[in-house]
Amino acid sequence: MLDTLLQNILNALQWGSFYALIALGYCLVYGVLLLINFAHGDIFMVGAYIAFFVSTLLLGQYTAMPHLPGWLVLALAVPATMLLTSGVGVFLERVAYRPLRRKGVNRLYVVITALMCGLILENGNLWLLGASRKSFPELLDKAIWTFGAVSVTNLKILVIVSAFAVFWLLNTIVTKTKIGMAMRALSWDRFAVPLMGIPPDTVIVFTFVLGSSMAALAGILFAMSYPVLDPYMGASIGWKAFIAAVVGGIGDIRGAFVGGFILGFVEIMVVAFFPSSYRDLFAFTILLIIMTWKPTGLFGVAKTTKI
Amino acid sequence: MQRYSVPALVVLAGLILCLASQFGWIDLYVQTTIMFLFINVIMSTSLNLINGNMGEFSCGHAGFMCVGAYVSSIVSVALFAKSSYFGAPLLPPAWAVLGMPLSLLAGGVAAAFAGLLVAFPSFRTRGDYLAIVTLAANYIIMSVFVNLDMVGGPRGFMGMKKVISAMNEVADIPWMMLLTFACTVFTVFILRRFLSSSLGKGVNAVCQDEIAAEIMSVNTNRIKLVAFMLSSGLAGLAGGLLAHIMGYVNPSGFGILKSTEAMVMVYLGGMGSITGAVLSAVLMTGLIELLRPLGILKWVVIPLLLVLLMQFRPAGLMGSRELADVFPRLRRFYKFK
Repeated sequence: MLDTLLQNILNALQWGSFYALIALGYCLVYGVLLLINFAHGDIFMVGAYIAFFVSTLLLGQYTAMPHLPGWLVLALAVPATMLLTSGVGVFLERVAYRPLRRKGVNRLYVVITALMCGLILENGNLWLLGASRKSFPELLDKAIWTFGAVSVTNLKILVIVSAFAVFWLLNTIVTKTKIGMAMRALSWDRFAVPLMGIPPDTVIVFTFVLGSSMAALAGILFAMSYPVLDPYMGASIGWKAFIAAVVGGIGDIRGAFVGGFILGFVEIMVVAFFPSSYRDLFAFTILLIIMTWKPTGLFGVAKTTKI
Repeated sequence: MQRYSVPALVVLAGLILCLASQFGWIDLYVQTTIMFLFINVIMSTSLNLINGNMGEFSCGHAGFMCVGAYVSSIVSVALFAKSSYFGAPLLPPAWAVLGMPLSLLAGGVAAAFAGLLVAFPSFRTRGDYLAIVTLAANYIIMSVFVNLDMVGGPRGFMGMKKVISAMNEVADIPWMMLLTFACTVFTVFILRRFLSSSLGKGVNAVCQDEIAAEIMSVNTNRIKLVAFMLSSGLAGLAGGLLAHIMGYVNPSGFGILKSTEAMVMVYLGGMGSITGAVLSAVLMTGLIELLRPLGILKWVVIPLLLVLLMQFRPAGLMGSRELADVFPRLRRFYKFK
């Protein structure tokens, strides 16, 4: 009993790591722009696909390449994927969101534009690459360590450790560095920030780079853990990560991180003890109760409204 | 003339549609498309009440449609058709002619009560936090029907075609076209009446400033409750119609994608404009049907067109204006309240 519980806790940590990584991206963009970037789940999908192409290229599937060991391919593929995916994120910002923001439209129209961009990414991918699923190459030699009845793969450790490392890194960037201070300032008062000589567009682009590269990292780790890619993989996980980010209190990166793990835990624990079709029912009922109990999320601060 | 022009036009349009489908002037494909168009009109106008007029961001409208679809099909199949789920019909099938609108209404009422799932949290939760409450409600509703083995679970529920054919045995007229048209007119009419009532003014007040509205003695909780129930009830009506047209319901058909479709129609038309919501529903349905030959590329082209449209008309097609605000001279010819 204890063993299954421990095993499930490990699985939940892994599953929650994906949600947390994606939720961090939602949260960063929301914190700065008050924009729910609904295309973020699809950026995660794009990240997984880019990782697939980069690593198959490095493994020499398309051209003659010197034979590289798996760990080196992984070490090269991670930064390349993060770079290319943040390019996609910044492209969306420049082409779709920024012109709308300049016009000062109601922010819900920007949200709808983000939703449309997500659909374009999904279906454009389906149209370009076809409906056949891609299977991700195995980059790391699988190592399984067993402690009693609990077994851990090296991949699981890698996923969990990188989620925590990324959280630590982001937390440091947001709280300790100058650009992080600019991000917080922008979310505090977006009219005063340009007057202080801070270029808001640079800060926003930086936010998109951070968020999209987190999604890319989640994409590459997800593709390594569940090595089947399809164009719609980002849709449902993206929506759920958004829910996780809001439950934590959107706009606060601690909240997004904790929210991701809560959702991961609830989903894995429900599947462990009930039929798996009850997963959504239980998970979302619990989230609904949390939202009714704490209307601004776990870490969110209620805004005082003035008339 | 001013008073009777709109009712006369509506009756005329309904008559022409029913005659055209009765005598086969338009083929079945066009008929089905027109019925889907009406359903989209119901969906977008009813969501417009929440997302447009009340300024909330509800992204789980399809969940209520799902409740309506299931409840109305269960009622009509249990009462008027022989099925593997409920056995022999409880009432003579010929009564379906009278019972059908009632079963649609039952679906609507059930969906309105499902709307409470969102309405109660909305008293304290606002804005983007309410958005995920609606999203979670959509997932919960879908999940409930997936787990209800009694009505087919993930396999879906069917048998509504038998009810329709029982109705056709009584009188061979295009019943579904008639009902869909009637429900659409009912929806637009009731929403218009609601918005010009004092409750509707309250909805607009909540949108502009909730605290100020409350100080001005607007009972905001009551307004929210009524608005959410009305909106989700009408979505349930649309769901019931859809279920009877398709003859088959499946919980996976009422996912986030369906909600997204409704949301897009609202924002495309312009927040808070009934004319805009109707117009954008027509435009979207037309676009989807016109671009059908493109296959999967259709779902790249349509969002791309919408993104471009947003760049050029950033407040949607109509903004928050109605038809009479765009063409003031039309006021001489009609009155629609």
